Amino acid sequence: MPTHRRLHKLTKEERRGLITGLLFISPWVIGFLAFRIVPFVMSLYYSFTFFPILESPKWIGLANFRNLFTDGRFVSSLYNTAYYAFFAVPLGAFFGILLAMLLNMKVKGMSIWRTIFYLPSITPVVATALVWLWMFNPRGGIINYVISLVGLRGPGWLGDPVWAKPALILMSLWGVGTAVVIYLAALQDVPRELVEASQLDGAHVLQQIRYITLPMISPVILFNVITGLIGAFQFFTEVHVMTGGSGSPADSTLMMSIYLWQSAFQFFKMGYASAQAWIMFVIIVVFTVIMFRVSGRAVYYGGR
Amino acid sequence: MASHASAGRADTVFAIVLATMILPGFVTFIPLYIVFHRLGWINTYAPLVVPVFLANPFFVFLLRQFFMGLPTELSDAARVDGASELGTFWMVILPLAKPALAVVALFQFIGSWNDYFGPLIYLSDKSLYTVSLGIANMRGSYGFNNYAWIMAATVMSIVPIIVLFFFAQRTFIEGIALTGLKG
Repeated sequence: MPTHRRLHKLTKEERRGLITGLLFISPWVIGFLAFRIVPFVMSLYYSFTFFPILESPKWIGLANFRNLFTDGRFVSSLYNTAYYAFFAVPLGAFFGILLAMLLNMKVKGMSIWRTIFYLPSITPVVATALVWLWMFNPRGGIINYVISLVGLRGPGWLGDPVWAKPALILMSLWGVGTAVVIYLAALQDVPRELVEASQLDGAHVLQQIRYITLPMISPVILFNVITGLIGAFQFFTEVHVMTGGSGSPADSTLMMSIYLWQSAFQFFKMGYASAQAWIMFVIIVVFTVIMFRVSGRAVYYGGR
Repeated sequence: MASHASAGRADTVFAIVLATMILPGFVTFIPLYIVFHRLGWINTYAPLVVPVFLANPFFVFLLRQFFMGLPTELSDAARVDGASELGTFWMVILPLAKPALAVVALFQFIGSWNDYFGPLIYLSDKSLYTVSLGIANMRGSYGFNNYAWIMAATVMSIVPIIVLFFFAQRTFIEGIALTGLKG
């Protein structure tokens, strides 16, 4: 009722403007409702149902969630995802910042270097995964060949349950280019006066980085770490390509997303898979909130 | 003052990017799959194409940022000359938005070209496979050791992206600036 009255108070001109605006935005609103909001709500409903794809969903309350937490494969998928994220995200941030700093040192042909580091981020993930699959090959792969040159015997990588996750983490660093471009832009915005002033005060390079550079780019670090974390929780394509969607060997690369895909498209348990999706969603939201809280004091927003 | 404005803008961009990332495709794909299944769209390109036309909040936001930056005098002048809202949009705003539209088109092209999950769940007929799905599938069917064959296909799948990147490098950089991630 109140909105209705307010609508009447508008002049004819204003009402026309409002209607025009709504018409202009309607394709997006329809798309957003149809492809995001409605499916979002439906998947919450499905997560409380028993739903083999060809039948209609039957309400079973919390049974899916109870079963999930006693399902050994789900628990190990949580562990594998946590393991991957715990190493891949900080390492990605470290190498991203390091590369950006090196590129920021007035190197010759900067745009060429930037291109070299950025290209892997836009090449098809499947192509990247296949190249790494070949490089990780224990016998013919280049990585173990290099290791053998120094007289050591390389591990079985993706064939060995112990080394499969480290292999994936190593591969993830290949995609650090997007972050490098963003860090580089942030580094170029760090005021030269600050760096020069610290040099006059006798700060050496590490002190400059610790007290000037890192605080100045901290909002961008937070951005990259949070988006990196969200991406790591949904890590899918590389693993699916490299293991054929099996999560082998011995479920050591069974990520949350892989098991979710298996539940939906190998076992056709849509209710169970929806419950997995919702657990993934809640984990992502919780970690994002935690990251914001924890970083609150460490991040410096230009003088605010 | 300017830094305040840009910090605020960066925060908004951040919030939008996060919101679209936090709502993972993994949450919505099951209901979508079921709807597309009922519509008989499985094993067609429709599930891969139709949603792209209507619902990428990030692109909407990106274009909005661009439109906000256009001087209002232009659209006012068009209106004074008697153009309708649609006419103003079509004849004045849209031509000016070409660089922004190029960025969106480029990002979407790369996104679709590289997409694996969508084709994986919606396409089962091999003749419909997209390039990502096709080369991923060679892994199984040509045995573990025929890497030369797989690598050749992989290189061919990358070529369009590389060519595009070199021709549109400036658009890419503009795109990164436009999204405001530079802060």
